[in-house]
Amino acid sequence: MSRKQKKMLARILVAAALFGAVVCIPAQGFVRLGLFLIPYGVIGWDVLWKALRNLIRGQMFDESFLMALATVGALCIGDYPESVFVMLFYQVGELFQSYAVGRSRKSIAALMDIRPDYAHVERGGTLEQVDPEEVDIGDVIVVKPGERIPLDGEILEGATTMNTSALTGESLPREAVVGDQVISGCVNLTGLIRVKVIKPYGESTVAKILDLVENSSAKKAQTENFITRFARYYTPAVVVGAVLLAVVPPLILRQSFSLWLERALTFLVISCPCALVISVPLSFFGGIGGASKRGILVKGSNYLEALAQTRLVVFDKTGTLTRGSFEVTAIHPDQVSEEALLELAALAESYSDHPIAQSLRAACPQELDAGRVQQAEEVAGHGIRALVDGRRVYAGNGKLMDEAGVTWRECHRTGTVIHVAVDGEYAGHIVISDEVKPDAAEAIRLLKKEGVRRTVMLTGDRREVGEAVARQLGLDEVYTQLMPAGKVEKVEMLLKDKGPHEKLAFVGDGINDAPVLSRADLGIAMGGLGSDAAIEAADIVLMDDKPSKIAEAMRISQKTLRIVKQNIVFALGVKAAVLLLGALGVATMWEAVFADVGVSVIAILNAMRALRVEGGEA
Amino acid sequence: MKKVYKLQDLDCANCAAKMEAAIRRIDGVQEATVSFMAQKLIITADDARFDAIMKDVVKACRRIEPDCLIKL
Repeated sequence: MSRKQKKMLARILVAAALFGAVVCIPAQGFVRLGLFLIPYGVIGWDVLWKALRNLIRGQMFDESFLMALATVGALCIGDYPESVFVMLFYQVGELFQSYAVGRSRKSIAALMDIRPDYAHVERGGTLEQVDPEEVDIGDVIVVKPGERIPLDGEILEGATTMNTSALTGESLPREAVVGDQVISGCVNLTGLIRVKVIKPYGESTVAKILDLVENSSAKKAQTENFITRFARYYTPAVVVGAVLLAVVPPLILRQSFSLWLERALTFLVISCPCALVISVPLSFFGGIGGASKRGILVKGSNYLEALAQTRLVVFDKTGTLTRGSFEVTAIHPDQVSEEALLELAALAESYSDHPIAQSLRAACPQELDAGRVQQAEEVAGHGIRALVDGRRVYAGNGKLMDEAGVTWRECHRTGTVIHVAVDGEYAGHIVISDEVKPDAAEAIRLLKKEGVRRTVMLTGDRREVGEAVARQLGLDEVYTQLMPAGKVEKVEMLLKDKGPHEKLAFVGDGINDAPVLSRADLGIAMGGLGSDAAIEAADIVLMDDKPSKIAEAMRISQKTLRIVKQNIVFALGVKAAVLLLGALGVATMWEAVFADVGVSVIAILNAMRALRVEGGEA
Repeated sequence: MKKVYKLQDLDCANCAAKMEAAIRRIDGVQEATVSFMAQKLIITADDARFDAIMKDVVKACRRIEPDCLIKL
């Protein structure tokens, strides 16, 4: 609690004690009024003062004004205990509200506590501790174990493991060695590393993420805007209702004014829309905070709302559902061993820079001696011909095998197939393909469970490859051999095809698909860690590469929206009921203040549930 | 020009909404958001008259919620 809140709590306790004492004193008339004015003054002086001040400034429907009017009115008609109690309860509600809001603000701030405080820079042979903003590109910084990496850079010396959980929600540490890039905001766990800075602080990952989270509340959801608009009419309407209630029935029914005045005051007590106005943004704030705890950054509550209504998810293939790196996925040798076949192919391709050659070399565990290779020549579009250890080796596609006059066989696997022939004999083939991410199939299944009607994959890849991946993952539709512009076209076609309240989300890795990300109702970028393009182009950024996080984000958004709806229905329902009962004279001021403050408290407690995300280890 | 200001002692969500509505009505303000949760004012207004506009903004906020301070 802040000092202001503690002071308020003390005032409430004192006023409550005084109120209890005064109720017990059997006094009559003005003495009784005087006695009740003591706790009333203690608890309500600031409300009265604010009301007066606002009245002078022409702020009529201010909540303090309404509270002052209601309680002073109650004092005038002789309802002393009610008046004091309403004021007391109102203050309790205010205190609770400010405490709850402060707490959720703080817990989100703690969540986003990734701002590095300092950097150790090597300058003139010594280490200096400076503000990260003062470090330039090319400077060398030293990060000790246990310290937060202050700036994005490349490791010059040392090897370590890093904890990325503050950014990704992933608790498994990442390994990093010389030449690897390290990302600001991660915690260096095990080893001392020297890092060459590659970006100034303002453009670093950590600064971008903080900026994104801090500005996320600027984009308001439709529900939020609805509530503020509603509040603008609700209060004046209830106040007018109160005036009518005080004047009209006594004139028509010829009953006493004081009876109807009391009912009118009941109206004033519940005329404040606080519960609604506070609980809706609080829920969204909590939902966004809870999501960021899991490495899901949402740029505004409107996007959280859209995510809950998403029924169509369109995926990019490479880098999103698949790893985007080409690897040897199968080795099918004839007569030789797997290792020997791989080594032969890698040696033959050892002078090539082609991605396939790189994948082959990367798959070889042993060091390759390029001296064993002679007369290597590339047969454009077909493969490579070379002498390895004096033997003639062909490595390439089927056409190359035909050219060499070798009988070869097809492979049942999809991907790029490299056939190998040695001295006119077929030695087997190696399959290189882009591997599907381990949780991709699970991600599609979970999305269906969250209510996604249609899953579509777009890819620039060949038809066989695209269709094989789609089949493997259980996607509903797949469009292959698309150029970037074609992807935009397909998304536009799908946008036309969806229902009126459905939203379409596009999931990409932020590379080459910025136009599609912005064209979809909702752009989701994966693997935001280290990719500026993704953070800028998308509405929702998944910090790690896991497609299954999309389903998790949907679950969080749906939970948040559910809480928002509960709060709206609950608060409006209770208020409407008490207004009606108050008008009929069934509900008194006691019930009214319970309805107002109690609803606020319950709505706020409910809203704070949005901050909690299950399944989180962070 | 878009700028972000911190708001101190913004205690009531309804006032935040009212402030937002009032700021949006000020001449020269293109876009304004008052975030109660983040205690921030995010405003986009004409470059040339920005300072004059901010004066009006401060005045408008003081009328609605005298306790709330815009940290310029």
